[in-house]
Amino acid sequence: MNSNIVLRAVAKLFIPFIMLFALYVQFHGDYGPGGGFQAGVIFAAGFILHALIYGLEETQKVAKPSTVEIFVALGVLIYAGTGVVSLLKGGTFLDYGVLEHDPVHGQHLGILLVELGVGITVASVMMTIFYGFAGRGRS
Amino acid sequence: MWIFDLIILVFVVITAFISLQVKDLLSAAMIFGVYSFLMCLLWSGMGAVDVAFTEAAVGAGMSTVLFLGALGLTTKEEKKASAPSWGALLLVVLTGAALVYGTMDLPHYGDPAAPIHHHTAPRFIEESPKEIGVPNMVTSVLASYRGYDTLGETTVIFTAGLGVILILRRRNKEEDV
Repeated sequence: MNSNIVLRAVAKLFIPFIMLFALYVQFHGDYGPGGGFQAGVIFAAGFILHALIYGLEETQKVAKPSTVEIFVALGVLIYAGTGVVSLLKGGTFLDYGVLEHDPVHGQHLGILLVELGVGITVASVMMTIFYGFAGRGRS
Repeated sequence: MWIFDLIILVFVVITAFISLQVKDLLSAAMIFGVYSFLMCLLWSGMGAVDVAFTEAAVGAGMSTVLFLGALGLTTKEEKKASAPSWGALLLVVLTGAALVYGTMDLPHYGDPAAPIHHHTAPRFIEESPKEIGVPNMVTSVLASYRGYDTLGETTVIFTAGLGVILILRRRNKEEDV
């Protein structure tokens, strides 16, 4: 817990914008630089900033370690699951063209889903690593 | 443009040396951040904005935080180095010289006749707007053409998280498992 009022006020102001920017990077990766990897790191940075300023306990009330751990696996599951769905729809593994009637739309949907999977896994792994390090320091 | 690249490269080398020389590990972690930021400038100078973005987010941002977290668990001061080993220095210099010798054969930076520009790149550039329809070609290569690679990378990150959970997690009762 940091008692510096400037830090606390600025962090409170910044964290929503950091997360909004992460979502922008996530879903704008098709059109500009960015994608799941970068978005995941930025999203996790928002939580880590919160933990650095307000203390780890406060952050873990919002994002419980057990919940974050579920998201670690969920991202990979979404990614691989997209591949399995395209298998079931008669294509090859991770061939997004068969996901919709129009192959180009299928590709868009597939890329959106796998990038989402990457983003979820990266963000939750970064938070898990941070929790792992920061949580041990105070014991 | 090359003068910018030269200045940044010189600074990259300087920061690399400083990070080795400095005894305070906290400063070393900060200098690593500076190093990553300079690399990020170099990548964007080459037009690789996606790589630059990752370097800025992961290299300059996240790894600095993780280094600081690790320093909080261990100690801030570097251990006394053992006496320099001349054999190791010789080995490093030889390896470095071999690598530099290897770069002599590489095509010049931006050479349009380089083999890399004539293998799969023309197909991606010509077909991906029709096949994938995503304006950022890096995304269409990363997520669609190279989907298996990216699945593998995501699995690597997943494994890293799993390792941290298994090794570092505290086992007390307040934390619900």
